[in-house]
Amino acid sequence: MRRDLFWRPPSTSSGIVRKFLSRPLACVALAYLSILVIACTFAPLIAPYNPESEDLLAVLSGPSRLHLLGTDELGRDVLSRLLFGGQITLLNSLEAVLAFMIIGVPLGLFAGYRGGRIDRVIMSATDIVQSLPVIIVLLVVAAVFSGSLALMITLGLVSSPSIIRVVRVATLSVKTELYVRAAEVVGLTRFQVLRRHILPQVVAPMAVQVSVFAAAAITIEAALGYLNLDVSPPAPSWGSMIAEAGTVIFRQPFLIIPSGLIIVITVIALGVLGDAIRDIWAKKDDRSDIDTGREKRRSSQPAVAVTPSVQDENSSDPAPPDSLLSVRNLEVMINSREGDLRIVDHVSFDLKAGETLGVVGESGCGKSIMALALLGLLPSGGRITGGSVEFRGQQLVGMSNKERSKLRGRHIGLVSQEPMVALDPVFTVGSQIKEVLQTLHGSNAKEAKRDALELLGRVRLPDPRTAFESFPHELSGGMSQRACIAIALAGSPDLLIADEPTTALDVTVQAEILDLLLSLNDELKMSILLVTHDWGVIADCCERTAVMYAGQLVELAAVNEIFNTPLHPYTEGLLASNPYLSERGLLPSIKGVVPSPWEWPEGCRFAPRCPYATEDCTLAQIALRVMSTGRVTRCLHSERVGTAASNVQ
Amino acid sequence: MRQLIVRRLVQAIPLLFIVSFLTFFLVSLIPGSVATALIGTSGTPAAYARMERQLGLNKPVFVQYWHWLYRVLHGNLGSSLQNKQSVAEMLNSRLTVTLTLIVATVIVVSIVGVGLGVVSSVRGGFMNRIIDLLSWLGLAVPNFWLGLVLVSTFAVTFHVFPALGLTAFSSSPVGWLKSLVLPVIALAAAPIAVVMRQTRDAMSNVLEGEFIRTLRASGLTERSIVMRHALKNASLPVVSVLGVLLVSLLGGTVIVENVFAIPGLGSLAVSAVSAHDLPVVEGVAVYFTLIVIVVNLFVDIAYGLLSPKVRVR
Repeated sequence: MRRDLFWRPPSTSSGIVRKFLSRPLACVALAYLSILVIACTFAPLIAPYNPESEDLLAVLSGPSRLHLLGTDELGRDVLSRLLFGGQITLLNSLEAVLAFMIIGVPLGLFAGYRGGRIDRVIMSATDIVQSLPVIIVLLVVAAVFSGSLALMITLGLVSSPSIIRVVRVATLSVKTELYVRAAEVVGLTRFQVLRRHILPQVVAPMAVQVSVFAAAAITIEAALGYLNLDVSPPAPSWGSMIAEAGTVIFRQPFLIIPSGLIIVITVIALGVLGDAIRDIWAKKDDRSDIDTGREKRRSSQPAVAVTPSVQDENSSDPAPPDSLLSVRNLEVMINSREGDLRIVDHVSFDLKAGETLGVVGESGCGKSIMALALLGLLPSGGRITGGSVEFRGQQLVGMSNKERSKLRGRHIGLVSQEPMVALDPVFTVGSQIKEVLQTLHGSNAKEAKRDALELLGRVRLPDPRTAFESFPHELSGGMSQRACIAIALAGSPDLLIADEPTTALDVTVQAEILDLLLSLNDELKMSILLVTHDWGVIADCCERTAVMYAGQLVELAAVNEIFNTPLHPYTEGLLASNPYLSERGLLPSIKGVVPSPWEWPEGCRFAPRCPYATEDCTLAQIALRVMSTGRVTRCLHSERVGTAASNVQ
Repeated sequence: MRQLIVRRLVQAIPLLFIVSFLTFFLVSLIPGSVATALIGTSGTPAAYARMERQLGLNKPVFVQYWHWLYRVLHGNLGSSLQNKQSVAEMLNSRLTVTLTLIVATVIVVSIVGVGLGVVSSVRGGFMNRIIDLLSWLGLAVPNFWLGLVLVSTFAVTFHVFPALGLTAFSSSPVGWLKSLVLPVIALAAAPIAVVMRQTRDAMSNVLEGEFIRTLRASGLTERSIVMRHALKNASLPVVSVLGVLLVSLLGGTVIVENVFAIPGLGSLAVSAVSAHDLPVVEGVAVYFTLIVIVVNLFVDIAYGLLSPKVRVR
């Protein structure tokens, strides 16, 4: 699906109105603000009293039938003063907002659209303005100019950096869109391009910023009113009413309530409005999922996934006596936008002490998630929903987090995929290893440092002392991975889970890291569960390997058996698409892609990509079969694997 | 690190020039005002002219600014039009009060804001909703009104804290602490709201990170992971927000000092503005700008100490 070169986001104003109406809180806020503006505008018509007429017989009366919100110390009606005061406060704030926009929007557009030196000048000016204390600037202006207009323009000016930044960034991001480039090529003037193509895309972030500032402007205006700088008495403003109420707080505490609350409510209403605009805008941006009809699918399908699963023949086998880790029917669900998805589907295997077991499969087959589930470190939204994981006879599923954290490090270690982000960036490598050593062994600082240096040496870092003092960003990828391995070894675990430990590294470094893992396996008799998509890694390191496809284990056998006689078409395809094993020429790959968890077929999950698939493959889930040789495969036609011309391209 | 500080100080110099010049320029826009303020409105035109010559007000604004700057660099901020006192002395005597307020507020904001943010990032759920609500209120409630509400509740109704003024520390440390409570709450409410949200979001972000998984897998306690590793990483965005908040906090002290009749720089600024006492207004602007620069420097240093990447650069 190629996006048209001149494609331009359609304006969907009716959709926006509909989305807005579906938010009750935003509607209430808008209604309140509209009523407030109308009431203040027509204050002369609807206010029950003249805001400045004094009634010394009804001073500080408190709420009553005659004066709904009471009277102030001169007997003036508070409700009427609020309405008239609102005219001052809202009008002043409006002046500030207009100044804010008139100054900020063009500068932001200009900076973003022109870029280069103009951009730099504008941005450094905003840097300076942003570090001015607003109230102080306003006080200086108030000392020099009388009247509130200069104050409000200044307020808009000193606040404008926020909108300049937002508009600039929004402009930058649309500027490079093809339809804007196209408009330029067609010969529209800069002004036309800005007005027709860029401005409409900038409106939403701008509106958010304006509503945020409007809320701030009302509070600052009220503060100026409180300091008697926005209006001269006896005319009211909300801020000056609070100031007057403050002077009689001992005699009539109620008086500060009406003028204060109206400010609070108005500010909150503006904030709610801003949030609604931001949310609607964010959803609108996300139009891709509406186009593909994903939304429809979500509603038509049950919340819980979906594909039926199947009990395997070997799934109730007891753990063999020499097994370190024994996984049975492990099931992991992830909560996602598509509902609950079964990412790992009834996986069962055993791992002996000292053994290295590979888990291989394409990206998205659930192998990493399966590995993390063993540690109880699933990403948020993920959880084990069934099966059992026995580690040295101890059941890990259902174990409390506290108990499980005692196993981590001491008995099961992890080496993860991205060494460059796997270490805490704000602590030195040494202090991280030291902390782990002190936590696990209770050693003192000196012992921990000695042990840490020894560990760094053992993972063959060329200069352990320098590495000890280094921060993670000062290390290369290979060195980081060695440091990660050192941390994982700190508790001398019995099982090391290595989740694609070499994927992010250079080829030469990959070999060294694998070599290191192997020697550790050899010296320390440490079992390794090695997750990878690289057959070379499997061939070099593993005794047995499991092949995973679409959340299921499809084959599990000794490495040489798998390489010589794969029993599952997926294994065969994977092997054939291995660049090391295949003949020269184009890099081969299996046709099609791994289906997403919400698209798993009813029958054999590999059938749509399989050259051997027959009708019976698509009827029901395929159970793992135990062959007469003792090997297992999740294929109805394992005898025929190896006979098809090729399912790779 | 030293490079960072030097660079920041160098960057601060233009800011100081710009603020002081703008202030000066604004004030000079109204030529008659200083002389009028000194002599009153009843003077003869000749008297005004003499006074302006005496004050150097007939010279171009740049020349005037240069003279003023020369004096300022020698510690002379002129004298108040109201009472002829030295502006520098007036400001210095009030600086401690304002700084006390600011430091106390920053301490409260850091402890309460960061604490609540951390708790809600770990607990989530109900706590999150409370914090959302609180942060709405914190931003919507104007500090001067909050101050008055606090006074009417805790001073007028319950007599727990004093309504006005700041007791000297030397006369009664407990009284001093008590008189700080209400103004500091009024000042801290809004910044707490921001810091709380920022901390929660930053913490949630960091806790999703890959390195947290490594640390968990390595067997560290959850306590160390949250309080040591996640918090130190999350503190970077929080510190930079704190810097922005501090600048607005200065504005807050101006208002809140007025609410509680606390004799700091802010209340002086307001009374000087209403009396058109321009030398004092200029002096306050310079002092506040200096405070902003120092605060930003502190924030940068803190940032550098927390982030190894900045430190190296």
